[in-house]
Amino acid sequence: MSISFENLEKLIDLVNNVHGFDLNGYSRASLKRRVSRIMDLFHLDFTDIKDNLVNTPGFFNMFLIEVTVNVTEMFRDPTFFIALREEVLPYLATFPYIKVWSAGCSTGEEVYSLVIVLKKQGLYDRSFIYGTDINHNVLEKAKQGIIDLKKMKEYSDNYMQTQADDSFSEYYTARYDAATIHHDLRKNVLFSIHNLVSDGVFNEFQLITCRNVLIYFNPPLQQHVLTLLYESLALFGFLCLGARETLRSDKLKDKFRLVNKKQNIYQKIA
Amino acid sequence: MRKIDQQIRGKLHGIELLLLACSAGGFKVLFDILKALPGNLAIGVLVIIHRNAKYETNIEVSMTAKCDIPIKVAEEKELIKPPMVYFAPPGYHLLVEPDHSISLDISEPVNFCRPSIDVTMQSVADVYGPSTIAILLSGANQDGAQGMTAIQQAGGVCIVQDPECAEIKTMPEAAIALGAVDIILTNEELVTFCKELNKHILTRN
Repeated sequence: MSISFENLEKLIDLVNNVHGFDLNGYSRASLKRRVSRIMDLFHLDFTDIKDNLVNTPGFFNMFLIEVTVNVTEMFRDPTFFIALREEVLPYLATFPYIKVWSAGCSTGEEVYSLVIVLKKQGLYDRSFIYGTDINHNVLEKAKQGIIDLKKMKEYSDNYMQTQADDSFSEYYTARYDAATIHHDLRKNVLFSIHNLVSDGVFNEFQLITCRNVLIYFNPPLQQHVLTLLYESLALFGFLCLGARETLRSDKLKDKFRLVNKKQNIYQKIA
Repeated sequence: MRKIDQQIRGKLHGIELLLLACSAGGFKVLFDILKALPGNLAIGVLVIIHRNAKYETNIEVSMTAKCDIPIKVAEEKELIKPPMVYFAPPGYHLLVEPDHSISLDISEPVNFCRPSIDVTMQSVADVYGPSTIAILLSGANQDGAQGMTAIQQAGGVCIVQDPECAEIKTMPEAAIALGAVDIILTNEELVTFCKELNKHILTRN
């Protein structure tokens, strides 16, 4: 089953009208693929999906989970975490406190990765990490800090590739087929709802990571979100984007110093 | 299986995009095809290859020096403009927007692959429809077979490397088994076809 681009526009309007959720700036190619997938998964045609969005309680929430990409890993791109440790944290260590925002954090794997890196560098006790997403369900999962043990094996490989000198297993307790992130690593962490499309600045941060979120937005929305991230950063704070994402406009580029080109790390200088 | 006959020639006129896809065993023939493409090719080219995102590869760089047509890694929301070959970056699916810009996507691997050939082919079929030619080369899994079906259903032209010439025939055979193929070409025929691609696209028969 597949939705046409034409019907996709109708669906975007419907979601906006009925649920007040604005998907207009989302990449159409990705949205088309995700919506077609929902139609396949639940055997729905276009009329069914519209009907469910209007009349079935809970359907919109499920729709939102399926439409947004919630693929994440701990220590995804190990070389990014090496760059963070070597080029960003020494600078952050000179601040009295470190507020971190992981924007679009999904189920929290990146938040806990950041916590581990901060802890290793002795900075965690004066750090606070906010993880935000548009999705209530993924945030609930993030709060629990429970991860499938099979996945932890893969994350352990990632962690080793960050050239860490300790064992990944020091940070969680394995029971049956699940790993629970140690309580200590969850105490300076807060997960909450934030929509990059419609919500504004809510704090001032020394470090913001927003990796592989912008790729799902069209260029005008990317521009909007980048401005929001810029405004949420303290002067000399750091912004980390996904490896293939860019700052887009020259106007914004002038306000940042490129710290690491390959890892897409920037420092706000103006 | 038929070769390039009158009907295929008719479909080739007005083509707007070439999609090349390969996996294990396909790099050499892919390289030969890229070398054969004219530097003034009238259409954009997308290339999807399976490679491990964890290791650095610079296939694009090494090929650029030896090809007439310019080659680069596809950038996020970049417009597809000829003459240019865009490689999908490792670790991302490549999708095409209705305005012919490229979107990258890091959702679940498909057929254990990211980039997945099926994913890009479906997206290209959605956007370019009958204005697509896809060439599927050697590979060790079935990625691409569903995608070729989508392109065929959208009215595009599906070309498969002759499995007898492919180092690993699983991928071309999977597409052929689904009937998602208009023509089967040997390596030499593929190279000749690509050398003459401008003629095929621009001449009305």
